[in-house]
Amino acid sequence: MALNRLKLLLEISGSEAIMRRYFVVNGFDGALTLLGLLMGFHVSGQVDLSVVITSCLATALALGMSGISSAYISEVAERRNSLAQLERAMVSSLDESHHARAATWIPWLVALVNGIAPLLLGLLIITPLWLGNSGLVSWEDPLLVAMGVALGIVFLLGVFLGRIGGTFWLWSGLQAMAVALATLALIQWLGA
Amino acid sequence: MPRVQRLVLDVLKPHQPNVLEFARAIAALGSGYRVEIRVVEVDEQTETLQVFIEGEALDFEAIDEVIGENGASLHSIDEVSVTGD
Repeated sequence: MALNRLKLLLEISGSEAIMRRYFVVNGFDGALTLLGLLMGFHVSGQVDLSVVITSCLATALALGMSGISSAYISEVAERRNSLAQLERAMVSSLDESHHARAATWIPWLVALVNGIAPLLLGLLIITPLWLGNSGLVSWEDPLLVAMGVALGIVFLLGVFLGRIGGTFWLWSGLQAMAVALATLALIQWLGA
Repeated sequence: MPRVQRLVLDVLKPHQPNVLEFARAIAALGSGYRVEIRVVEVDEQTETLQVFIEGEALDFEAIDEVIGENGASLHSIDEVSVTGD
């Protein structure tokens, strides 16, 4: 029942596409930021793994908080504006309607999606570092493994976008990868 | 108690939820509710509907509540059919 209500609010507010866009945009942002951070550590030479983990975790958390707060502030303003416009068109108050409920709850949902995307993907990227640091897995170079995970995530986000847009999935995945590889090349060049 | 068996309502509603969802929400109020909707006019943000509802005993208050919950407003009751016990 609660799921049906949520579906209705999403439909009324037309938020599914917005949430999907936010997830991909901020997820890509998070994955690329962490990839850049890892590359920075990689080119700067020997760095203690626990320092890398703490830095990456703090970055992922900051991206998550930034995603939640920025999306919430902008979504609340947009939703309130839309509701006010609709009330003017209806010449009546919509306080007791699903539209008012959507204006209250959808910004929270959109903000959560926007914040969780970089946090969740960031945690996935950090996982090889944790495993390496705790000794559960003995990677030769945990940084390179984590960077591989980040590249994989960027590729999958590209594939996801390709599927939504109806374009060839491999092409859109490779396009996203090209951006990540260009970023890595730039950092390598700066650090050389 | 007299039973309301048919109503024709003039309703103004936003484009969302769409007419199908709107009809479903009213029909879900009771078994045997039959809902028919005719879109009379479409504006930029709203649409005017003529809503035909039939059933053995229609609950007008509940129907009015569902209309309001879906962001719509009841402009007028254009036809009623009521049967006494």
